[in-house]
Amino acid sequence: MAIAHEAAANAPSAGEYVVHHLTQLNTTGHAQTSIVDFSVINLDTIFFSVAMGLLGLFLMLWVARRVTAGVPGRGQAALEILIEFVANQANSIIHSKESRRFVAPLGLTVFVWIFLMNSMDFLPVDLLPSVWQWATGNPHAFLRVVPTADLNGTLGMSISVLLLCIWYNIKIKGLGGWLHELFTAPFGNHPLLYLPNFLMQMIEFLAKTVSHGMRLFGNMYAGELLFMLIALMGAAYGTSVGATGPVLWIGHVIAGTAWAIFHILIVLLQAFIFMMLALVYIGQAHESH
Amino acid sequence: MNLNATLFAQIAVFFILAWFTMKFVWPPVMKALDERASKIADGLAAAERGRQSLDLAAKHSAEVVREGKDKGAEIIAHAEQRALQMIEEAKAQARREAELVVAGAKAEIEQEAVRVKESLRERVAELAVAGAEKILRREVDAKAHADILAAIKQDL
Repeated sequence: MAIAHEAAANAPSAGEYVVHHLTQLNTTGHAQTSIVDFSVINLDTIFFSVAMGLLGLFLMLWVARRVTAGVPGRGQAALEILIEFVANQANSIIHSKESRRFVAPLGLTVFVWIFLMNSMDFLPVDLLPSVWQWATGNPHAFLRVVPTADLNGTLGMSISVLLLCIWYNIKIKGLGGWLHELFTAPFGNHPLLYLPNFLMQMIEFLAKTVSHGMRLFGNMYAGELLFMLIALMGAAYGTSVGATGPVLWIGHVIAGTAWAIFHILIVLLQAFIFMMLALVYIGQAHESH
Repeated sequence: MNLNATLFAQIAVFFILAWFTMKFVWPPVMKALDERASKIADGLAAAERGRQSLDLAAKHSAEVVREGKDKGAEIIAHAEQRALQMIEEAKAQARREAELVVAGAKAEIEQEAVRVKESLRERVAELAVAGAEKILRREVDAKAHADILAAIKQDL
């Protein structure tokens, strides 16, 4: 980073480069100042998550429309593997056939969607932001391309799962039954335990939801950050003197390749974990204490 | 790392995508999978039925072959028996005919012998008469002694 710092006067410093890349394109046009501000919308997160969602859905729809009970083609076989895999997980976790009709497709959607959103990380970190800056004519335009590296994106999904949990809690146990459970589980049915039970349940819901969203966000945010640092190392090639330049360049290639390959695992694993936890949490909502 | 209204948009997108998958992606693929499963089950059942009928056919054909062999052996035995019988019959017939021929020949020979005897007797009688005539030429009248001559002829 020190080397990059010696860049020409108009080039951004390493710190500026990273901060710029981590700033969302939102409706205000500049970085959001307060931690929570519900008047702002991150346009880039919305755009890329919707785009990835539509891409995944239309890929699956395209295959599903041509599906045959006879000998399947490669695309159909791939989709069938994916669907059977999700269906098996859903079958083992959620015991209500009625609920599975929605929850199993939801698991598939979540898996494919998150996998595609995470995969945006494989694009070179400067590619889409540069295109965006060129298209808008504004060299300082912000753009983040990984929707799952935005806390709004991941918490949005984990809160959706929380809403589903609440919905199924009420649907399966009835509103009264669920409220009863909130005050009598997990410690037991005793007036003295009502408050601890309720607090415990609230903490459980909060912890589940926050950790669910934060886990995905943290992994993808860290991955994105590392890609930026690797890009910075390569970028220092042009400003360094002597033998360090080529070494940095080779370092960029090696580190970038290694991290991208490792990131394939993370991308897939995080999508899988998010799906599995969504199924597990919804499955828990079906069970009475 | 700031929270904003993107959160709610993401929640809406989440449910829309999930609904879409549930409505348009999941059912056709599941239907195809179920249909294929039942097709495979049908195929396996048909194969099992085919195997059973093959077993049955093999058993049946073995039975037919054995029956055929038995019948063939029976026919051969029958034919051999018949042949023997025919040979026996032919032999018997031949023997009978030979006997007939022999009997006919014997009868003929006897007849011939009788005829020869008869003619011989005639001849001897004539010779005797001729001899007697020569001896008795003068005193014997053939007409007067015809009854004596006939009696001699009778004795020969």
